[in-house]
Amino acid sequence: MIKALMARLAQRERTVEYPAKEPVLPPRFRGRPQLRAEKCSGCGSCAEACPTQAITAGPLSLDMGKCIFCGLCAEICGEGAVTFTTDYKLAASSRQDLTGPEYRLARALEKKTLALFGRSLKLRQVSAGGCNACEADVNVLNTVVFDLGRFGIQFVASPRHADGLLITGPVTKNMEYALVETYNAVPAPKIVIAVGACAVSGGLYAGHEQTAGIPPQIPVNLYVPGCPPHPMTILDGLLRLLAKI
Amino acid sequence: MKDILDIVAFRNRVINAVSGGKALLALFALPEHVLCAVLGDREKRSAETLFAAVEGDEYPSLTPQCPQAHMFEREIAEQYDIAPLGHPWLKPVRFHRPYRAGAKVFAETGPAVCDFFRVEGAEIHEVAVGPVHAGIIEPGHFRFQCYGENVLHLDIALGFQHRGAERALVSNPKRRIFYMETLAGDTTIGHTLAYCRNIESLGGMQISESAEAARAVALELERLANHAGDLGALAGDIGYLPTMSFCGRLRGDFLNMTALLCGSRFGRGLLRGGGLRRPVTKEIADELLSRLIAAEADLKNAVELLWNTPSVLARFENTGVISAENAVALGLAGPCARACGLGIDARKDFPSGIYLKREFEPAVCATGDVYARAMTRWIECRDSIALIKEILPAAVCGPEPEAKPALAPDSLSVSVEEGWRGEICHIARTDARGQLDFYKVVDPSFRNWPGLALAMRGQQISDFPLCNKSFNLSYCGHDL
Repeated sequence: MIKALMARLAQRERTVEYPAKEPVLPPRFRGRPQLRAEKCSGCGSCAEACPTQAITAGPLSLDMGKCIFCGLCAEICGEGAVTFTTDYKLAASSRQDLTGPEYRLARALEKKTLALFGRSLKLRQVSAGGCNACEADVNVLNTVVFDLGRFGIQFVASPRHADGLLITGPVTKNMEYALVETYNAVPAPKIVIAVGACAVSGGLYAGHEQTAGIPPQIPVNLYVPGCPPHPMTILDGLLRLLAKI
Repeated sequence: MKDILDIVAFRNRVINAVSGGKALLALFALPEHVLCAVLGDREKRSAETLFAAVEGDEYPSLTPQCPQAHMFEREIAEQYDIAPLGHPWLKPVRFHRPYRAGAKVFAETGPAVCDFFRVEGAEIHEVAVGPVHAGIIEPGHFRFQCYGENVLHLDIALGFQHRGAERALVSNPKRRIFYMETLAGDTTIGHTLAYCRNIESLGGMQISESAEAARAVALELERLANHAGDLGALAGDIGYLPTMSFCGRLRGDFLNMTALLCGSRFGRGLLRGGGLRRPVTKEIADELLSRLIAAEADLKNAVELLWNTPSVLARFENTGVISAENAVALGLAGPCARACGLGIDARKDFPSGIYLKREFEPAVCATGDVYARAMTRWIECRDSIALIKEILPAAVCGPEPEAKPALAPDSLSVSVEEGWRGEICHIARTDARGQLDFYKVVDPSFRNWPGLALAMRGQQISDFPLCNKSFNLSYCGHDL
């Protein structure tokens, strides 16, 4: 016991001071894209390189929901018309808010739902073809570093105990039924959060005969882009949804 | 391509090679009705490929004499509708339509709709779990045959994660490297490196020593992040919260070191054929080293608590035991095999990159239980940290511009990398024009899932989370 206590002292306090302080992200982190149409020559080499048809030239636009933030477009553009900033705040309330040209950050839930979930939100996570990167960076929110519980958000084991779903992956055909059943098992009112390029748009797996996407009977309240999104991007989205920032 | 054997000769050669100690790294069908086996010779540090033509749509199964072929033959039957006659437990692997029309071997069914091994008896009950699990993890279905709390048998049905990546990456060259990065998202470096090796081999590219050192650093950082996370999760599964909490944080610290290199915690965008996509500067190497030294002390502090706590050892020891004989028979890979006393590791047996010029000693434990799988990970963490410290100064290198070398036509390339879960085997083939026309991926999870089922025999059902975590296998890496 004394060894565990000594270890606890040695490991120190590790929870980030967010949202009181801005988080420190790696300098090479690729966050919100910045487009400078005036620099674009319209050559189309960015669109040619893009693996997910997220970017188009003439007029220059980038769909953050399709983007996997590989940075090939920025690397290939000789004019500097596309760059990636380190801004991690990307989550949006609707699919259109991610397509640009003006990206719009997520808005809070409407008043009645917010009154229900604002102080306590229980989520059931469903991975439906996710590669385990989105899953890992959702899971990490439960560690002492992010300490999701302090915001009143918790992941629960049963959809019956949940207020909503957090979905990752392109929704494989083989998971479609299980996803719908899990959604139906969540008591209403309920919310849905799509995390990662795959869940938002199919990402790299869009157009595969083996993937279906989130079915239309499951309405999505929050879209979190990225491949995978940084944990801060996911947390920022959740807190915006709950009007905590 | 090399000589094509008749199926009887092929079968005998594979069975004899495997019973003589060779590793069946892959066994698969090519679209033109040809079987291919990749046999690794760990002593000679080499691999050979054997081919056999299949007459009609069936051939005599290898599995009765060579249990390692079990999953591979089920995959062949599902993908190409070729029946391995006499296979003891033939059923789908991923529950998708076969690659050619008019499936005969398996009727089209939904995922996990298949026979499960059943024990009958008045006091026997069956427990079904999944595909949606209680935690934040990927989907899979588990069927336990139980007598009271005791598990008599576990049958595992996967395929829920099937995205069709293996064939899509051939037909979509623009997405190819990104598919590699997401085959198993927690093994981005491992799989992408295996792919790069094939492209470099087919394209005749030379890699600088500094780029090789940087790649080795990235591969070890990936191992460290996952092993640290697993050690924490193992502690969590038995309710030992200090190590769970500390290692949860440390895992992120290792991921953030990878993010220093390329901006992504999972190593997305770091590698490309020919070298690295992004430079490793002196400043980055220095920063990485100072973070590594800090994390090393914290990891030691967190993990050694496990070995000093009797209640932890009581749960780890003798739980989920696999014998060395069974590990060999099933063809287990990675830390799960090394925990059973097998000194197999691609860094030693099939060296590439920096390992061509240095000796590597795999971490080995003997007892084959959860304790051994945890301890193997801890030894590997220490080895990885020591290795990174040593080679980091030599890893400062510039980026490589994107090269699209002409690939050798009508060639086949095999690469094996030791990812954190074990040997990752990729096979690439080019057509007469030098374009990839076939690609095969064997994630170590494909070899290890039957090991988990075996480890659960005779265990209490409540030991499943602990045993499962001690393997921590990939669902999408298996389902691709």
